[in-house]
Amino acid sequence: MTRAIALHLAVLALLFAAQFILPPYHHTNIARIMVLAVFAMGYNIAFGYTGLLSLGHALFFATGLYATGLGIELWGLPAAPALVLGLLAGGAIAAATGVLALRTGGVSFMIVTLMFAQAGYLTILYFGSYTRGDEGFVIARAARSLGPLDLSSDTPRYFAALILFALGLLANLALVRSRLGRAMVAMRENEERSRMLGYNPFKVKLTALVISGLYAGAAGAAYGVLFGYVGASFAAIQYSIMPLLYVLLGGAGTTLGPFLGALLMFYLIDLSSGVTTAHLFVVGAALLVLVLFAPKGILGWLRDRGAKWLP
Amino acid sequence: MAAIILSARGLSKHYDGIKAVEAVDFDLQAGQIHALIGPNGAGKTTFVSLLSGRIPPSAGRITFDGADITKLPAHERVARGIAYTFQITSIYANLPVFDNVALAIQRKGSRTLRADTMAALARVGLDPMADQIAGTLAYGHQRLLEIAMGLSMDPKLLILDEPTQGLANAEIDAFNTLIRAVTPKTTVLLIEHNMDVVMDLADQITVLNFGETLATGTPAEIRANPAVQSAYLGG
Repeated sequence: MTRAIALHLAVLALLFAAQFILPPYHHTNIARIMVLAVFAMGYNIAFGYTGLLSLGHALFFATGLYATGLGIELWGLPAAPALVLGLLAGGAIAAATGVLALRTGGVSFMIVTLMFAQAGYLTILYFGSYTRGDEGFVIARAARSLGPLDLSSDTPRYFAALILFALGLLANLALVRSRLGRAMVAMRENEERSRMLGYNPFKVKLTALVISGLYAGAAGAAYGVLFGYVGASFAAIQYSIMPLLYVLLGGAGTTLGPFLGALLMFYLIDLSSGVTTAHLFVVGAALLVLVLFAPKGILGWLRDRGAKWLP
Repeated sequence: MAAIILSARGLSKHYDGIKAVEAVDFDLQAGQIHALIGPNGAGKTTFVSLLSGRIPPSAGRITFDGADITKLPAHERVARGIAYTFQITSIYANLPVFDNVALAIQRKGSRTLRADTMAALARVGLDPMADQIAGTLAYGHQRLLEIAMGLSMDPKLLILDEPTQGLANAEIDAFNTLIRAVTPKTTVLLIEHNMDVVMDLADQITVLNFGETLATGTPAEIRANPAVQSAYLGG
């Protein structure tokens, strides 16, 4: 048990130290990966722990992104309340989606969440006079600061991403070791049995989905403020598939899997696109290898081979 | 006469014209062990599934502990004290034994979850296996775990669907002792094919046949009932 906590703190310490040695290009990359890993962690809470295979998480990410971006652009909010707005909006839209989508399960749930996300994407395009549609908009540099921290410059940005990531990771660890975490896993493992132990499946799954939406909303909000761009492409289907791939690669139902998956996938794409324009082919090949030889992802594979303590 | 903890009136379940359960009137006396017997396909599992709320009835009414629960979903009936254990072992096969029972206990808001869970496991003798993955247990132990999950919900009514199926004789003796120990605090409704267990444990027996009640009475009365003998006990 304490081994698990030590491992998480070591990962955070490593990321803290990394900023002093990384060249600028990778410095920005790792900041981006940490924010995307928070998104994937949220996805993992729904998919990896609770067994909800959603194809609509781009909606929650984009909700956070747009709530924060439009809050700053249209209402002139400072960055801090705009970030909180993004977080809450992600949770609220996840709740609204969940109330309807959780009436279904399995394949229908995938389709319904996908439809909601597509509807969200089209809504952003429809209100192009506010959202500037596909083209998107840039958040002014002056608005991207928290107190004395200018989040558009490298060091504070890395630091802010690390803080968000650390909070997300430790909250995730606490969640999966809590009673709610156990009830979520119970839904994934055997819903009928859980119902006959007195759990309301709808309530447990909705709670998990809202927490997942809060993560996605926070990640979207932070992404907007840290990297300064808000656009409809973040609401497209690719951003629903992306966290799924991260989680599958790193290990569904593991706390560190989303980060590991995001890190590897990001650099797989980055490195292969330097060599070939067919970088998606490389990603596809990597996924095939994964499905054939380690269907539980890297950390799931390790857990099956002795590291049973991995949370 | 003891108080009635659960009663059903006119309880029916029809599947496209097939009458799985037809107009059953049923009373369960608090603190007793009540066995439900009948040939295969008599509607026993359907009947208890109606009581536990796993499936909705086509007609009829169920009252439990003084309240009408006919329309309550299953998880709310559990919250009122009806526990159900499955005929086909239904545990969390991929989770540790500990978590299986902890899930049953934590819902009641226990403050000493670890200790309570270990105590519940000790009651059925599974405490040395707390950290094992439940799916790797021997079959008899999985049945015991299923029963432990039911018991640790601390129910007013425990419904057991063929609990001794596949158990060895020594395990059946342990099971009988365990069930006797939980009454009269817990009322037990038992579907069982093993007539030795039924005759040994039950205070009351109800015989179902073709979805209808054939007879209800004490073990001695049931044994002497000519209708039951021809339908079930084989003369």
